[in-house]
Amino acid sequence: MIEVEQLSKHFGPKRAVDDVSFTVEKGEILGFLGPNGAGKSTTMRMITGFIPPTAGRVRIGGADVGDAPLAARKQIGYLPENAPVYPDMTVNGYLEFCAEVRGFSGSERQRRVAATIEKCFLERVTHQTVSTLSKGYKQRVCFAQSILHDPAYLILDEPTDGLDPNQKHEVRQMIKTMAADKAIIFSTHILDEVDAVCTRAIIIAEGKIVADDTPTGLRSRSPLAGALTLTLGATEAEAAAERFQQVAGVQSVNIVSNSDEAVQLRIFPADRGAIAVDSLLAEAAARQLTVKAITTEQGRLDEVFRAITTIS
Amino acid sequence: MRTKEVFSNIKAVLKRELSGYFGAPVAYVFIVIFLLLVGFFTFNVSSFYEIGQADLRGFFQWHPWVYMFLIPAVAMRLWSEERRLGTIELILTMPITPAEVIVGKFLAAWIFIAVALGLTFPMILTVLYLGRPDLGTIVCGYIGSLLMAGAFLGIGSMTSSLTRSQVISFILAVVICLFFILAGYAPVTGALSGWAPAWLVNMVAQLGVLTHFATISRGIIDLRDILYFFSVILFMLFVNGIVILNRRTA
Ligand SMILES: Nc1ncnc2c1ncn2[C@@H]1O[C@H](COP(=O)(O)OP(=O)(O)O)[C@@H](O)[C@H]1O
Ligand SMILES: [Mg+2]
Repeated sequence: MIEVEQLSKHFGPKRAVDDVSFTVEKGEILGFLGPNGAGKSTTMRMITGFIPPTAGRVRIGGADVGDAPLAARKQIGYLPENAPVYPDMTVNGYLEFCAEVRGFSGSERQRRVAATIEKCFLERVTHQTVSTLSKGYKQRVCFAQSILHDPAYLILDEPTDGLDPNQKHEVRQMIKTMAADKAIIFSTHILDEVDAVCTRAIIIAEGKIVADDTPTGLRSRSPLAGALTLTLGATEAEAAAERFQQVAGVQSVNIVSNSDEAVQLRIFPADRGAIAVDSLLAEAAARQLTVKAITTEQGRLDEVFRAITTIS
Repeated sequence: MRTKEVFSNIKAVLKRELSGYFGAPVAYVFIVIFLLLVGFFTFNVSSFYEIGQADLRGFFQWHPWVYMFLIPAVAMRLWSEERRLGTIELILTMPITPAEVIVGKFLAAWIFIAVALGLTFPMILTVLYLGRPDLGTIVCGYIGSLLMAGAFLGIGSMTSSLTRSQVISFILAVVICLFFILAGYAPVTGALSGWAPAWLVNMVAQLGVLTHFATISRGIIDLRDILYFFSVILFMLFVNGIVILNRRTA
């Protein structure tokens, strides 16, 4: 378990991280979201022990990062922002070095390095110097380093940053397949990633946690969540909107679009689930309106994200 | 109980750094420049042949001055580069202590310089050919030179931990090395003894590398000189560690 207790970091007068607390259990994939400069990297650097916190503490599998740094670090795999790797080493040489520092020797070391190279699809560049690698491969080498020792805790700072869509997909798959027996924290500002990968998401803005929820829970905070979108055949839009306004449980009706082919209405309920879809359909049938489609809005993460990270 | 781990960690860092040195053409350029400079001073400035003495005084005499420029150049990338590339963040979050990394890096650079110094062996052959030199004195000269190189390397390692700029690290190291040379340089101590009390002159001279290097290269192994060099090394590496721990994100 990763336990973060009232963690703060001040750079002079600036509160980069301000009283942040959360825990991550094995099996969880925690998405760490927030606009640039929110304090994501600073928090991760304190979790991995790279910089000491101004206040608060972090425990990794029970080991305090400040008091027992080596015991804590042994259990962590860390991919820092921008995936730094020694440019003058070969991929194999670099992973050998990491394995050595991680305490593996002899055939065990070779086995680990070979297995990691295979897992991260690095066979093609095994003997290439890191400085000659593309950004995507470099990122993968650094990622490989972080999982080499099969750590129980993985801290990944923007692991998909700068990758093309296929590479992003690969990294996400890797994260997901490893999740069963690990606690994973990864930061991102790509919201799709949260849906695709996370079991839970924390949104941080100006150093403070502003939301800690499941992706579904977050989405349901969207004002759009629970609204019904009704697509009708061509008709008088205003009149139709007024009709549906009368149906029981309807709070308000917006006209989303209005063209010669179709009219789209968004119907907001007074309470979630208050509108019975059949009463809408009955109303439509009574007015001889053709219903082309009806969908329930799940809410949109980007809206929620924007709403809660721009309050102040 | 962690001893084995400490050594294996130092060894890992040392191996990595050494392969870095010898894998890059810069290293060979450095060795060639070192040999050319030392050779030039020994033969052209000290008039090695003309004096006709079968010893290496005219050779060792120049080492402090050559080291003053070349060792900061070797040391400047030790930590600056880690900062610039961001790799410091990875190495300091691995299960390895900063002290282990510092020592591993230092030893690798020291071994590299020892190799360069070792390649001056034709000098020994030359004096052997010229006459019957005192081999003990020559060995002492090499030991002294290596220790002095270590002290300068400690200085360079420390200054490279201060900044992500190799140039600034280099200049700072040259200045500090110059201070350590001048403190024991005869013209400086001479100027001081005109007005300063004897104990002060002596203290400044003791602080300088030249005094200690001169004793050793005359063939006298005095524990105090050895201690002096190791104190400078340890002190500099200690400051190096403090800097690293306090300015991790600089
Ligand atoms: N070493 C530092 N010195 C001063 N300010 C810093 C330092 N590191 C980060 N900051 C500041 O702290 C804030 C949070 O930065 P960071 O954690 O990198 O944000 P994120 O990773 O969420 O984009 C930013 O305003 C940044 O400028
Ligand atoms: Mg960041």
